[in-house]
Amino acid sequence: MAYAPHISQDVSVRVVMLKVLIALLPGIFAYVWFFGPAILVQILLASVTALSAEALMLKLRGKPVLLFVTDGSALVTAWLVALTFPPIVPWWLTVTGVLIAILVVKHLYGGLGQNPFNPAMVAFCAMIVAYPQLMSQWPRAEMNTFEPMLRAIFASDRQLDAIVMATPLDALRTILRDPEQRATIAGILGSHATFGNIGGRGWEWVAAGYLVGGLWLLKQRIITWHVPVAFAVTLALVATTFNIANPDRFVGANFHLFTGGAMLGAFFIATDPVSGSTTPLGKIIFAAGAALLTWIIRSFGAYPDGMAFAILLMNLFVPLIDMLTQPKVFGHRRKSER
Amino acid sequence: MLELFRFPGGIKPDAHKEESARTPIAPAPLPPLLVVPFRQSATGGVDIRVKVGERVLKGQCIGSAEGPFGTCVHAPTSGTVIGIESRTLPHPSALAAPCAIIEADGEDAWRERVPLEPFSTDPAKLRTRIREAGIVGLGGAVFPSHVKMNAHIETLVINGAECEPWITCDDRLMRERAPTIVAGAAIIRHLMGAKRILFGIEDNKPDAAAAMRAAVEAAGGKDMQVIPVPTRYPAGGEKQMIRVLTGIEIPYGKLGPDFGVQCFNVGTAHAVARAVLHDEPLICRIVTLAGNYARPGNVEARIGTPIDALLALGEPKPDTDRIVMGGPMMGFVLPESSLPVVKATNCLLAMSPALFPPPPPEMPCIRCGACTRACPMILQPHELYWYARSKNFGKAQEYHLFDCIECGCCAYVCPSHIPLVDYYRFAKSEIRAREREKAAADRARERYEFRKFREEREKAEKAARLAAKAAETKAKLAQEGAAAVIAAAQSRAHPEGKDEA
Ligand code: SF4
Ligand code: SF4
Repeated sequence: MAYAPHISQDVSVRVVMLKVLIALLPGIFAYVWFFGPAILVQILLASVTALSAEALMLKLRGKPVLLFVTDGSALVTAWLVALTFPPIVPWWLTVTGVLIAILVVKHLYGGLGQNPFNPAMVAFCAMIVAYPQLMSQWPRAEMNTFEPMLRAIFASDRQLDAIVMATPLDALRTILRDPEQRATIAGILGSHATFGNIGGRGWEWVAAGYLVGGLWLLKQRIITWHVPVAFAVTLALVATTFNIANPDRFVGANFHLFTGGAMLGAFFIATDPVSGSTTPLGKIIFAAGAALLTWIIRSFGAYPDGMAFAILLMNLFVPLIDMLTQPKVFGHRRKSER
Repeated sequence: MLELFRFPGGIKPDAHKEESARTPIAPAPLPPLLVVPFRQSATGGVDIRVKVGERVLKGQCIGSAEGPFGTCVHAPTSGTVIGIESRTLPHPSALAAPCAIIEADGEDAWRERVPLEPFSTDPAKLRTRIREAGIVGLGGAVFPSHVKMNAHIETLVINGAECEPWITCDDRLMRERAPTIVAGAAIIRHLMGAKRILFGIEDNKPDAAAAMRAAVEAAGGKDMQVIPVPTRYPAGGEKQMIRVLTGIEIPYGKLGPDFGVQCFNVGTAHAVARAVLHDEPLICRIVTLAGNYARPGNVEARIGTPIDALLALGEPKPDTDRIVMGGPMMGFVLPESSLPVVKATNCLLAMSPALFPPPPPEMPCIRCGACTRACPMILQPHELYWYARSKNFGKAQEYHLFDCIECGCCAYVCPSHIPLVDYYRFAKSEIRAREREKAAADRARERYEFRKFREEREKAEKAARLAAKAAETKAKLAQEGAAAVIAAAQSRAHPEGKDEA
């Protein structure tokens, strides 16, 4: 190297991405434990698709294929797509989702580091809008029989009643919206097999797995505290406030945090550096905004889990947030102090 | 105990100080031929004061300071000037500049020396002495010291942090010559009217700190404090050192004295003491030989010594493929090793592919923010990179490009291995070039406008003159006419008047 500095830390994009993948493992482990190994099939499917699509695009764009394919970023996207999709969606849904993420969202915007939107979240939103039915079929907790799931994934004939059940978020909203039932939160949570002690049955463990992985990422300094803390605190605050105001209508903080994509979102999705804000204050605003929107969509929107939409919406505001939250440069005073 | 402050960001690269810090400073032998560049400071020019064929004495001024920012240049030994020619300088720009080629006569005979008693001497005279001794900042920036001393301050900071990995010249200097450093600091304090002196030393140099503490005590130690500062690059950056010791943040474009503080390197304080107390101008400095040598260490070398000759002392190992002047964070690769030692030569780092592996390929920025967390100036390095790369220089300046001290922390931590500092240097030089161009264009426009103005003024003046003349002529004619009329009238009125008269 002819120019300073002549030394560099032993880190690379590959190491960063690899650590993100490693951090996902505890959550995946819990996932397999409670919902069977189908998710592994989806992850494999997504990974192969992502790597192939990535290689193809790099080739077309005249980039060094091997160098970029092995950077791990496509795998992270692939895993996030697989983990946010129901594990029993038909194989082509996963493949299409990943292709949208890699081909369109990543490469048409200029490849690694250039995409203003989170690729996995665009894939999720596109698919849930296009195939709301398929995207809402989740397996039962402790549904460990692999075979019907495999059939669901690969066979066109979907005899799902035995294995499918609404997600906790979905179940909650359906029951609450049904005036006939006159249900209250407490009643629903107590009576329903979908719900566990804190959040959704089984899901609370998956969320705990993501939490463990996320804390490890924090310790590895791959992510900073700003996003997860702001996300969790905002979601908890809003949920608690409304829960106190109307406990029959609004579920509490624990449930929100340990159900659906909240933990995954807080540690692995809202922290995506490429499409997120980069200033410390900006990260807080970004994550708080995403959490607030998540809660709003979950509580009032048409889709059961609003996290994906919330993050995409906040992606839109990133340039503005970054511009307005530039930190005070060493020795300079803030504009307001001048 | 003094409260220490933290500077933001920073990194902790491996120090690698042991190897070269073990042995005492060794004097480098007098080379037969020395090449002394006439330009030795970051600013100002010199008047060449010797001719080819002239005999010079050690310490004799061969180039005198030009303008308030100039510093003097001296013969590092006695001998004959056998040439004055343009030679490449060891500088990142690899520019050539005039140098005196001095053939040493081996006698090493001093010119006459006149020591000064610092505390009874007029400050102006002291400053002149420091200027004439050619003293510049020896931390590597080589800014003329007398200019920095031309102010009144509260706190004098003496910087012994030496935070760049591998470099140990200041460490050895403090261990071996602490009393001289303290004496120099006392002179600077006296000169600048400072109340207290703070010696900042990174806490990975306990021996240096102990030596300095002993020297401070021996000197009476009034209002002097040796303060270990946390080892974190760039703790030795002037702004960072001032921040850590005093809490003061000096922004770009402001100077220490604006905040009542000024900072000098320990080597500079040492040079000040030698210049005032012994009338020895700055003709030598300590150079660290570190990296891929069989015998790393520190040598005291005369300015003008061919770098080759110093390298030979350290015996670079066979796989050495380049020499960096300075440290691995901010140093630059020497284009050739035949260049002379200059006042900025603090370290000659021998590099080999094994010791300093080439960087992995550059990847796109993933906005991971590692650079932001490492930047001691709280800049947004990835934004600066983005704007520098897209040549959006206006935006780069808005994002405080010129606050960047080019410490390299951002590039060090970047997982995409982007040579960020290069982009900033590029952007800065482009902006400066454009400003120069603009200034030149402004001057040209002003000249043109002035010429037009002058031409117009001249035209107007000419017109005015012509008009005045015309008016005069008219008036004269009118007068003459009037006179004639009067005369005619008179002659008509008194037809016979003529006869009367
Ligand atoms: S460290 Fe490198 S990759 Fe990360 S934000 Fe800074 S420039 Fe981009
Ligand atoms: S080189 Fe400049 S931008 Fe990079 S860390 Fe140092 S001051 Fe910050």
